[in-house]
Amino acid sequence: MAVAGRKMVGRAGFGLGLGLLMAPTVFFFYWMISLSLKTDVDNLAYPPVLLPHALTLDNYVYVFANSHLLRFAVNSTVVAVGSTALALLLGVPAAYGIARSRRYGTALFILVARITPALSYLVPWFILFQQLGLANTYQALILTHLIIGLPLVIWVMLGFFEGVPQELEDAALIDGCSRFGGFLRVAVPLTRPGIVVSGILAFIFSWNNFIFAVVLAGPRLQTLPVAVFSMMSFEQTNWGPLAAAALLITAPVLLLTLTVQKEIVAGLAAGGMKG
Amino acid sequence: MVLWLERHTFTLMIVPAAVTVLAIIVFPLIYTLWMAVQEYSMGANAAPRFLGLDNYVEAFRNQRFRETIPRTFYFTLLGVVGPAVLGTAAALAFARQFPGRGLLRTIFSLPMMATPVSIALIWQMMFHPQLGVLNYFLSVIGISPQLWVYSPQSVIATLAIVETWQWTPFVMLIVLGGLAALPSEPYEAALIDGASRLQTIRYVTIPLVWPYIMTAVILRAIDALKSFDIIYVMTQGGPGTASETMNIFLYLQAFAFYNIGLSSAVVVIFFVLLLIMSVGLLVTRQKTSWQ
Repeated sequence: MAVAGRKMVGRAGFGLGLGLLMAPTVFFFYWMISLSLKTDVDNLAYPPVLLPHALTLDNYVYVFANSHLLRFAVNSTVVAVGSTALALLLGVPAAYGIARSRRYGTALFILVARITPALSYLVPWFILFQQLGLANTYQALILTHLIIGLPLVIWVMLGFFEGVPQELEDAALIDGCSRFGGFLRVAVPLTRPGIVVSGILAFIFSWNNFIFAVVLAGPRLQTLPVAVFSMMSFEQTNWGPLAAAALLITAPVLLLTLTVQKEIVAGLAAGGMKG
Repeated sequence: MVLWLERHTFTLMIVPAAVTVLAIIVFPLIYTLWMAVQEYSMGANAAPRFLGLDNYVEAFRNQRFRETIPRTFYFTLLGVVGPAVLGTAAALAFARQFPGRGLLRTIFSLPMMATPVSIALIWQMMFHPQLGVLNYFLSVIGISPQLWVYSPQSVIATLAIVETWQWTPFVMLIVLGGLAALPSEPYEAALIDGASRLQTIRYVTIPLVWPYIMTAVILRAIDALKSFDIIYVMTQGGPGTASETMNIFLYLQAFAFYNIGLSSAVVVIFFVLLLIMSVGLLVTRQKTSWQ
């Protein structure tokens, strides 16, 4: 009886602790959604309307009518997809080469990219891109976003390639495969989950990036985070549309995270990385 | 030829990525070193003039820059300790088996995946002194309303709350990875010795995952030191210069005032600082273990 009682108390304490840890996150996203669905009157009421009685999609209609959100979504997609594809194309073979030849010094060197503050390359890039006539182009943005994806792909893929037994590729070599053929036909198919995870992570952190585009992109090439940031100064306390825009630009990322949660968690733990 | 290709396959596979990193990271850094010794101002037609170390001297003479140093470290300290403590607690919680664990863990990690500009925007609304939901919550438990990011006294601490909220999951994931790799023998021994659950955590679990906690702390310190998005979107360094960290100062000098020479010098100082800190933390990580 006493033991059962203590177990109950322990469980309740655990539940309470977990609840306290989760509360700020759960409330934040609840509040984000609720701000975007409430009327202006409700959004600016005090005390705040915690449980809205009337929901409206007007804020979303307003955002689409009053901003070029779709154009910026195209920009964000082009830049994120382009830089992710390039990061995979360069990073996956490099990770394999590093894993098989055990040149971990190279990997360490690439880790410098993880430490360096973005602004330290932004200043020289800004000048260089202007001199090369590349300022305000997709190419410049894709190239800079490569800094986010490439180290991430290499570090995540290193772990995956180390998990592939060398014997499998040796067998392919005996069967007449070249080393590169062994990579393509044996190692790549076996590490497909890793390629998917690192690709998704590179995409997400490129999509989220603010600092590169805010400096390097002109009004037409703005990505979504920059566009929403500029909306902020126009809309002031027009909270409904702002919250709707904030939710719209982060929704793809949140949905992606929720769908491939297990893989992403594994990838993040393996890489210990972010953009 | 074919033989040569075959023999150097691995090297050839590394070269494109290595060259890219050289071109987009190392080259700009060297270029920055060169600009830091020049008088270079964007828009000015005059050719750059060699200045030597003048830009560095000017940086340290600049009071606005000097003030960013303690401010940046204060923000970094809060932005490391908060996520480290809460993230470790969360990892201990998520290491246990309970219904809905996977989904809850994913929801818990959403803050680090969500777009920072969106996050900053919503927090900004929650921090609103008159209409914000946070001051309402405070009033419910009888605490007077706060000015949050609107007061020079509380702005850094407030930004650190957002930073903590955003990056606690990052620490949680790393420590959780460590917990998953723990051996079971020490636990069996603790069980035999009759240790309570809390004692087990304090004397067995924490010492065993200490290296993972330290790894998370190192990465967190680097990231907090260069934190930009949240601060810039919410305050742009304000009110006044109260939340101008080194990174924000750098941004404003370079892209609002086009003071390239000075900002290049600050870039170098900032980079050296990050390097010293990373190496220092790595060394302490090797040396210390939890007692």
